[in-house]
Parts: sequence; C-alpha cells; structure tokens
Amino acid sequence: MAGLKPSLAVDLNGVRLPLPLVAASGCLGTGRELGGLVDVRRLGGVVTRSLTYGPSRGAATPRVAESASGVVTAVGVQNQGVRSFLDEDLPRLADAAVPVVASVAGSTLDEYLSVTTALHVRPGIVALEVYLSGPDAERGDRPFYARIERLAEIVGAVSRLSHVPVFAKLPALLPDLVDVAHACVRAGAHGLTLIDGLPAMSVDPSRLRARIGSGVGTLSGPAIKPVAVAAVYRVAQAMPDVPIMGVGGVSTAEDAAEFLLAGAWAVQLGTVLLVDPDAPVEVARGLAAYLHEKGLTSPSDLRGRVRMPAREPA
Amino acid sequence: MRRVRAEILNTRKLGAYHQLTLVAPDIAERARPGQFISVGMPGDRAFVLRRHFSIHQASRRGGWAGTLEFVFDPTGPGTEWLADAKPHQFLDVIGPLGKAFAYPRRLGTCLLVAHGHGAASLLFLAQELRAREKRVDMILGASSQEYVFKPIEAKRLSQAIVIATEDGSIGEEASVRDVLPRVADETRAEVVYAAGPHTTLRSVAAFCAERRLPAQVAVEEPMACGLGMCFTCVVPVIRKDGSGYDNLRSCTDGPVFNAARVFWDRWGGERAAPVPTPPEGFPAVRSWPG
Repeated sequence: MAGLKPSLAVDLNGVRLPLPLVAASGCLGTGRELGGLVDVRRLGGVVTRSLTYGPSRGAATPRVAESASGVVTAVGVQNQGVRSFLDEDLPRLADAAVPVVASVAGSTLDEYLSVTTALHVRPGIVALEVYLSGPDAERGDRPFYARIERLAEIVGAVSRLSHVPVFAKLPALLPDLVDVAHACVRAGAHGLTLIDGLPAMSVDPSRLRARIGSGVGTLSGPAIKPVAVAAVYRVAQAMPDVPIMGVGGVSTAEDAAEFLLAGAWAVQLGTVLLVDPDAPVEVARGLAAYLHEKGLTSPSDLRGRVRMPAREPA
Repeated sequence: MRRVRAEILNTRKLGAYHQLTLVAPDIAERARPGQFISVGMPGDRAFVLRRHFSIHQASRRGGWAGTLEFVFDPTGPGTEWLADAKPHQFLDVIGPLGKAFAYPRRLGTCLLVAHGHGAASLLFLAQELRAREKRVDMILGASSQEYVFKPIEAKRLSQAIVIATEDGSIGEEASVRDVLPRVADETRAEVVYAAGPHTTLRSVAAFCAERRLPAQVAVEEPMACGLGMCFTCVVPVIRKDGSGYDNLRSCTDGPVFNAARVFWDRWGGERAAPVPTPPEGFPAVRSWPG
C-alpha cells in the first residue's frame, strides 16, 4: 500500500515491543538516571543491569579501557540486588511505561531461581534475560556457558519457573553456537540474545600491566558488530522461528538493519547509549526512513532477508 | 545537566597542556569547582568513548560570561584530536556533571594541593574560596616545569604557594607529599583540597588522616559514560556509619569525595592488592567539613 507509514512495532512471539530497539543490559544505569538525557520512552524496551539476589560490589578497578572501535570493560555484576531494584528502580521504569526485560544473574543455580522468583510476576516486566557469563560458584568459577549441560540446566530451570518469556544471552565464541542455542530452546528458552561481549584484554606496554583490574574483561562497541551479526545469522538460519535480539556495536540505523536482515527480531543498543544519549531517537528515525525507502511496512519484513552476493556468470 | 553544541572560542597552549574555551552558557551558569564536562568524539574514528575533563573556569559575568574552560594533556587519540581542534569548531558537550567541592562553613584557611592538571579545577576552587573570604594557599606539583599548570595565576590567587617538581626544573625538587607537612604547618591549614592522580591523593589523604585535617579529593578514575550508567568509574567509599563500604560511581557520587571515607587499600590505582574488610568494621567518619 503506497504511502503507508511503517510501524516500528515488533512481536517476538508474544513479547510485543513498540520499537525494535532495546537498551542492552548495563547500559542504562539503574533507572535512576532516567531523569537525565536518555528518553526511555523512545526505546522499545529496557534490559536492566544484571541482578543478583543480594547487592554485589562488582569487579576490581579500573574497569574500562578503550580499544580500536570498542571498549574493554569488566564491571562484574555490580548491582543493588533484586529487592532494591524492585523497590526503587522498577517503579520509575514502570512510570515511563517502557517494557522491562529483567536480566537475571547469579553465582549458583539457587541464586538464579531466587532472582527469577522475585522478578517474574512483577507488572512491567515483560521478559527475563539470563546472563550466563558470570563465574559459576558450583563449578570452580568457570563461566556458566562453559559447559552446554550446565548452561541448559540454568536456562531450563529459570524458564520452567518463570511466568514471562525467557531469553538466554549467549557469547559468540562457543564451540558450536548453534548447538548451544538449540539446547537453550529445548530447555525452555523463549528466545535468545546474541551476543554477549567477547572476552578481551588490554595491556599497557609502558607500565607492563593490564589496563583493567580484572585482567580480562569483555569487548563491546562497533568492533564486535560483524561477529555479532554472524552469530545472529547462523542461529537464525538454523532456527528461524525462535526470536533473537541482536546486540553488539549497533550505533546507526544501518547497523540495526544489518542485524534485522541477518535474522534478528529486535536489536539492543549498548555502548552507543554511553556515548550518544540521543541514539535511540536517531536510530528509530533512520530505521523508519530505511523501511520507507525499501517499500516495507514493518521491521519484521527485513528479518532474515539477507542475500548472498550474486555470483558472476562463468 | 545539559547537552549542548558548544562553539570553541579560543585554544591555547600552556606548557604541555592545551586549554579550550567554549561558548556554553547553559553549562557555565551551573558549573561549580570539582565538576566536569563530557565531550563527544567524532563519529568516524576508531575511538568511541566520550572524554571527560574537569571544569577549569566557568564565567557567569563580564565579557567572558557564558564561557567554559577545560584543560588537557594530549596523550591519547581523543585528546590529540581535541588538541587539533580550531576556534569556531563545535563540540558535543554534556555538563556540568558530578558533585562539586564543598566550601567550609566556619574554617577559614584552605590548602589546595594539585599534581599536574589537577590544578585546573583547584584554581577555579581558589577563586570561589577567595570570593567567600577564605585564605587560600597552594602546593603545585608536577613531573617537570612544563607540567606545572598556570603557576602565575596560582600565585595571584594564593597567600603562599610552593611549587614542587620531580626533576627540580622549577620550584623545589620534591613531591607534593614531601612539602605538604611543612606547608600545612607554616600556613596553619585547617582544610585540605586535593586533585591529581591516585598516588598523590592517597598520600595527601594519609597525611590529613594523621593530622585529623578535613580533606576532599577529586579523583581521576577512568570513566566510560560519565553519566552514571556504566558503573566503570567506581571508587570504594566507607559508609558514614562505618558499617562497610560501597563502590560509588565517581561520575555521579564523585568525583569529589571526603578523603577520610575513601577506602584507599581497596581502590585499584597503583596498588591493586585488595585487603579484607576489617572484622571490627570501619571507624565512623564525621561528614565534611568537620
């Protein structure tokens, strides 16, 4: 229909978002900074900081080092604990009427379940996202994602308990990302968030030491975008019916379109929010213009439509 | 806090440092010493994060009304790009950010201790203290002469001033910590303010704790966003009641902290060996300014 203005709303198999642009975990503070510069009503949703049951102080400092087109950070999961989040921060987000995806963290299976219990029936929370890159206290502090059985155990337990849909957030460098994604979905995950930051390190040669307190942190920002797009593409090709939120280095509407074309159902904005508080508005505007230019009416029309370069005839 | 497109009015080179003057009336009007601004980098480069600078001067009146000055040492890709910025170019600026220095209510003799471009915010503070009829004395430290920031301006604003450089190229061949006890005694300092790198602040804080002098420090912890969103710039700060400590964001809870409440042994900086919380808890600390 000519002249039809594209609607940017998306439906992730029941998780309805007014825009396909969601603030990534840890990139929008606690909700207390919302009186500031980022207008949350211009976002399709907000993923909270990863929440543990009690307050957590997080990683050693310094916590940030810049690298080419990216940022190496190790914040740990510093947060005020799930109770304080529910009392102080969720009401603020609920007032703004923005869909909230609560990020669930823990150091044991029990902690994941306690956090899930506290969160999953609260008005305003439309979904949970399971953070799996933290150390597993029951398995010698290896990351939860390190073994597929353990990862599926956590994702499955949270999914069975939760009344709202659950997204598993996966790093890109798993031995077989597609197998792991399948395992999450079999265990009960509603969808996937791809990707978590890549393990990364920055060394200051003049002082012969690591630039961040934890030594190894994670890389985010534009540097990881092609890795993230590939992860989305591979998983979406294998499981076209499973909602994927793509995340990693999105800073423009073109970046968002790349993720959607590769198979994402929605896109999360991370590092860009730390740099440009107006980014949600600009990306949304640019995405609407892009859809209009391509004669499409919805972001979902882009989903998985990427084509391979045409081969020259012999 | 405002986000503005601010025109560069003037650029100046001062020894090793660069100083930019911006037209930013919305920010200048609200800025207080100790606060900082965040400057966006160009979108087409490999360095993505905003850069953060303490406010050196904010003029509210007179011919320079509505202007804002900040100072930097070009040592990385972002500050090198800024060093090449020209007048009439526009910058994406957010500010004023963070908590400012508190002025003493009754105490009247203030010793300001700076290392390197930490002096930028302390010269602004000196002006405000003078306007409140406080006595200001200063210690300016640096590695060498070109890193001593605006010594003449500092002399104009203070009763007594001591300059200390590591190589003795100007003033005494000493660190600020070496001269601090003498200057504090000679000036009968009642309140100490410090700005500079972790090691300087830590040594100043240790001295002030020993002498029971109230002190505020402006920290320089690496920040990603400067807006309170990312939790990268935290500093361990002991709770008022001594019941423990919290990692507070230097961008929103600082960058100015009560020196007696910073848990220096827990704070990374130059010495990253963490120590356990003492079993007996922490001593309760009177709140500023004593």
